[in-house]
Formats: sequence, C-alpha cells, structure tokens
Amino acid sequence: MGFPDRIERTVEIAHPPGEVWAALTTAEGLAAWFGNEATIDLRPGGSARMSWSSGFMVDMRVGRVEEPTTFGFTWQIYGLPKKDPRRTYVEFTLEPTDAGTRLTVVESGFAQLPPDAYRTAYDGNSEGWASELGELVSYLDAA
Amino acid sequence: MPHDAEAIAEQVFTALADPSRRAILATLASRGPVTATDLAARLPITRQAIAKHLALLAEAGLVTAEPGERRRVRYRLRSAPMQVAQQFLAALARDWDRPLEALTEHLDRRARKAAATPPEEARGCHD
Repeated sequence: MGFPDRIERTVEIAHPPGEVWAALTTAEGLAAWFGNEATIDLRPGGSARMSWSSGFMVDMRVGRVEEPTTFGFTWQIYGLPKKDPRRTYVEFTLEPTDAGTRLTVVESGFAQLPPDAYRTAYDGNSEGWASELGELVSYLDAA
Repeated sequence: MPHDAEAIAEQVFTALADPSRRAILATLASRGPVTATDLAARLPITRQAIAKHLALLAEAGLVTAEPGERRRVRYRLRSAPMQVAQQFLAALARDWDRPLEALTEHLDRRARKAAATPPEEARGCHD
C-alpha cells in the first residue's frame, strides 16, 4: 500500500515523564499546546474535547490510562463528517531517558475498513435513505 | 471496478483531476440523478464529451446508470469510492509534527518560568 494506515512519530523531550504526562492528560496541559480549550475526563471510557479559536472542535474518547507510560484515545477521522462513527486510535507512550522522556505517538486506523466493508456499509446506508425518501413520497402522495 | 483501496483511490483522484468531471460530479451531488441530456443543458460541455466523462466515471464506480431507455438513462452519484479516497486524504492531512513541536515548546516555557520564579523554600535557603 502506498498510503499509510498508521502514523508514528517519536520525539526526545528534555523534561521528565511526569511533566509530559500532565501536558498530555490534563485540560490545562492540552489547552496549552494542542487545542485552545480542552476538557477531559481522564479514565477509560471518559470523554474529552478540544476546540480551537477557528471554531474547529474534536471529540475524543479516552482509552488507555496507565500513568505515566501510556495514554490512548480515539477521535474522529479528519475530513469525515462529524456524525461518521469511524475513528482512529491515538496512543502516546512515554519512556524515561537520561535526558528526560522519549515520547512516541502512534495513530492507527486510517484504513480500518476494507473497501468491501465500505461498500456494504455505505450502500446499505444510501439504500436506507432512498427507501425512506420513497416512503415519505408515497406518504405525501397518499395524503 | 478495482477492489483494492489504492486502485479505487487512484481512479477517484484521476476522475477529480478533470474540471469537466468535477462539474459533473458536483451537479450529481447537488441535484441528484440526472440524464446526460440534463447535464449537457446545465454545463458548458458537449453531449459527446459528457458521454465520454460519464463512461470514465462509471468505470471508476463514481456514478451508476439507472436502468431505462437509452436517452432517459439517469446517472446517480455513488460516493463509496470517495470515502476510500478520503481515508487516504485523512492520513495525509493528519499533522503530528506541529503539535509535537508545540508540546516541546510548551514544556520548555513551563520549565523556564519555573526556573525564573523559584519556590519559597528554595529562596529561603539562600537567605
């Protein structure tokens, strides 16, 4: 495949894991470097949200919380409609190093459904709409 | 129609590279199924060129022809291949480099601020 299902980055940060952890997992931290505003309920299954002054907003669902090594969440796939249920999974891994922290971020799931599943899911959906519209039309015709 | 995601996406990007085909897809997206004659009336494209573009779009799975008498065949947008292409665009559009730089800068700023204002007990030691 010429296109990635998964994106991975590693950065060396000259600060201890505890500080990096706080920046990743608290509303104050997230709002300081990622979004302009943030809320987070830090427990598996908890909700989080980031918003930007541009009006852009993203809803997240917290997955793994293993302080201070692993923080994972799912969020909406960039570019898909807000109601689309498909999400990518983001996982931050923190490793202590002599200089501070090695932070790895992996985002996966860009190709989470094979084309056939897409076809089925989508065609089902569009037929659903077509038949609902058809029902509406016959209802209005009958009235 | 191809079955692997990359081939599907490639056909979508090829289809979208042409302004006439973009205009045809945009018309189908906004107005619903229409005949080739309707398209020719709406767009500054000849009937022959429209037929040629529709054939390519059908081959890419982006439009389907509804069954009907030849001149009355209506073409309908089929968005499933767009969603496959969109997946690839989503991966390319996701930017982790800038947020990670911002994270590092944020932590540096915090550390500098903490160094500039030592806690009470530390200052006490020097007095």
